[in-house]
Amino acid sequence: MIAELGLAALWLAAALSLLQLGFGIAVLRGEEGLARAIRPIAIVQALLVGLAFLALIQLFLRTDLSVKLVAANSHSLKPWIYKFAGAWGNHEGSMLLWVTVLALAGAAVALLERRLPERTLIATLAAQAAIGLGFYAFLLFSSNPFERLFPVPVEGNGLNPLLQDPGLAFHPPTLYFGYVGVSIAFSFAVGALVTRDVGPAFARAMRPWVLAAWIFLTLGITAGSYWAYYELGWGGWWFWDPVENASLMPWLATTALLHSVTVLATRDGLRAWTVMLAVVAFSMSMVGTFLVRSGILTSVHSFAVDPQRGAFILILLTLYIGGALTLFGLRVGTVKEGSTFEPVSREGALVLNNLLLSAVLGIVLVGTLYPLAAEATTGEKLSVGPPYFNTAAGPLALVLVAAMAAGPLLRWRRDRLREVAGRIALPILVTALALLGLILFVPGLRILPLLGLMLAIGVGAASLAPLWKRKLLRTPLFTWGMVIAHLGIAVALAGMASESAFTKETLVAARVGETVRVGPYSLRFESVEPLAGPNWTAVEARLVVRRGTGAPFVLLPQARMFSSPPTETNEAAIATRLDGQLYTVIGKPDGGGRWQLRLWWKPFVTLIWLGGAMVALGGLLALVGRVRRERRSGRQEAWA
Amino acid sequence: MKAKNQRLTLLVLAIAFILGAVLLAMSALKDQAAYFYSPGDVAREGPPAGRAVRIGGMVQAGSLQRAADGVTIHFTVKDETPHTIPVRFTGIVPDLFKENSGVVAEGRFDQAGLFLADSILAKHDENYMPPQLDPKKGEHKSGSLK
Repeated sequence: MIAELGLAALWLAAALSLLQLGFGIAVLRGEEGLARAIRPIAIVQALLVGLAFLALIQLFLRTDLSVKLVAANSHSLKPWIYKFAGAWGNHEGSMLLWVTVLALAGAAVALLERRLPERTLIATLAAQAAIGLGFYAFLLFSSNPFERLFPVPVEGNGLNPLLQDPGLAFHPPTLYFGYVGVSIAFSFAVGALVTRDVGPAFARAMRPWVLAAWIFLTLGITAGSYWAYYELGWGGWWFWDPVENASLMPWLATTALLHSVTVLATRDGLRAWTVMLAVVAFSMSMVGTFLVRSGILTSVHSFAVDPQRGAFILILLTLYIGGALTLFGLRVGTVKEGSTFEPVSREGALVLNNLLLSAVLGIVLVGTLYPLAAEATTGEKLSVGPPYFNTAAGPLALVLVAAMAAGPLLRWRRDRLREVAGRIALPILVTALALLGLILFVPGLRILPLLGLMLAIGVGAASLAPLWKRKLLRTPLFTWGMVIAHLGIAVALAGMASESAFTKETLVAARVGETVRVGPYSLRFESVEPLAGPNWTAVEARLVVRRGTGAPFVLLPQARMFSSPPTETNEAAIATRLDGQLYTVIGKPDGGGRWQLRLWWKPFVTLIWLGGAMVALGGLLALVGRVRRERRSGRQEAWA
Repeated sequence: MKAKNQRLTLLVLAIAFILGAVLLAMSALKDQAAYFYSPGDVAREGPPAGRAVRIGGMVQAGSLQRAADGVTIHFTVKDETPHTIPVRFTGIVPDLFKENSGVVAEGRFDQAGLFLADSILAKHDENYMPPQLDPKKGEHKSGSLK
């Protein structure tokens, strides 16, 4: 019954999105009377698809095995949190989450957006409905999550054990809010192109939505990185896996968009470029969705391999991107040109930021798609991994970070090189001292970690410079946001460089009773015990860890064997300290009474995710600051 | 500068940056993309020593040996040709890595033709075939050693 209810709600939502699109086009063609209906339609549509999503969660919580999706992906013995999160730990469920977020985003625009001209808003909601329609069709015709199964099986197949982790409850929804949130920027851009209304007012209206999507993307990537780090047991935090790139590419594009939209809002420059970036950012979200959901890549994220689904997403991708680019081509000539600017100015720096971000994006995109293209054209099998991305994107990223340090110290409109030099002298001095100190006191650093650490220190100093000589309490919230986000990048960079330069690794086969050393720690291998959980069995090593003369503590790494589906995972045991993490993994018995132990001491690795969180926090402060200022200026306009 | 000129300048700059990035990417790809080789491929046109590649095939029966340190293994990869590849790997192997089953290894050849694996890929499935040999199956990475 619940399944039928969910399916009915999904069909109704699809019908409403068709209505929303139709009404939107009608209004733009002169049927002004229909305009009032569009906001309510968008809201009701979101409620309906939300209902469908709740229905699916309910089915998973009950483990209703008469539903094919539940039987294929769940198991009655699973802890409830994984039954709950398992609702989106599969292809159909995650696509339902996708459209749910899409509809919620549309409803949020309908409810909250008051500054955009009415016609542009309606065009925006129509574009949002057009995107929704394609994905409703995808769900209903090729990925129905509510399909029944007969005969009803006695037990379900279970969830991929790698996904049986609390991270599953947060990582996909966060990332989807980001991915799909970018669709709003896209719809805004389409709306503005349709009504030929690209200007500072449009940029100010679009900016909070871009910021919101970007915050979620940042959080999603940061959380995903930490999840991979502790769950996969390989000790790495970024693998340049195509699926990771699929989330990084929209982030790069959205970061560029965030900065260009500021130029448009403040100085009325970069009109066409900003619209183009909004289209590119959403294209990257679609490419990401295609890569992850089509099954063309094999990873923990690709739940099912089905060429029909891949083709469907590819068609949607071509339709939306092609449509938007065509509209862009047709209309860009009629978008009035914005104002010009001087090369040495804040605008100039932001253009450089955009160019560098686009270049990095291009490199990541080429590296991600090249293996697919090579296999499709020549049949040659190859993989592109960290060596490519580090050599091609690493140096550019460092240049980008250096530019990030200088940008905020430049004035809008026009600046003098001599004055800029005065402002930037102190950060440059700090950078030079950092380089000197690193060379003197930390010998043997490789070039990229050395540059990374040097820049992290210099950029950290430079990113605080905009607060120099300001009254801190009177500094606008969005300036604080920028400072904290840029500082977060420096902090994350410091973590990355430190992890890559100073990590100590020990891989041994040890007998119970032996003591192993890694970095400043000595670990006594006390015992190894069998263990059983609700749906797994495991062996657990007991390691008593000591650092110098400090108090000993215990780490318990496990190797788990899951019964349904039969899989094994490594549950690393990690000790977090202020100056880094001790990461321990238990491997296999060697047959002669010894156990493989793999240990890492990773100094300051936590800075990577702390930095990521700071970037997101900076975004949040900027968002709150912008919205408050807009409110205030809106009120002043009303009084005037 | 006139608005139109500036727009043109920006466009040219943007295209130059993207082109530069793509060229950089292409040249890095030429050096860094890991191509897939079977033992037969290696015998025919082996990759130069030191270049990152992937190899794949079946683990030859009776070839798996453990070194005294307990974490290093040696084994031989074969395919339907008479050629084989000797492999050395230090790390934790995937659970279903065993003789007579499929394997894909990432790493590089040394001067003597020994393949030094950085990581061993295997799917946690008894019926696993390397994805490059069987396009329908997925893979799961384990035991990466960087």
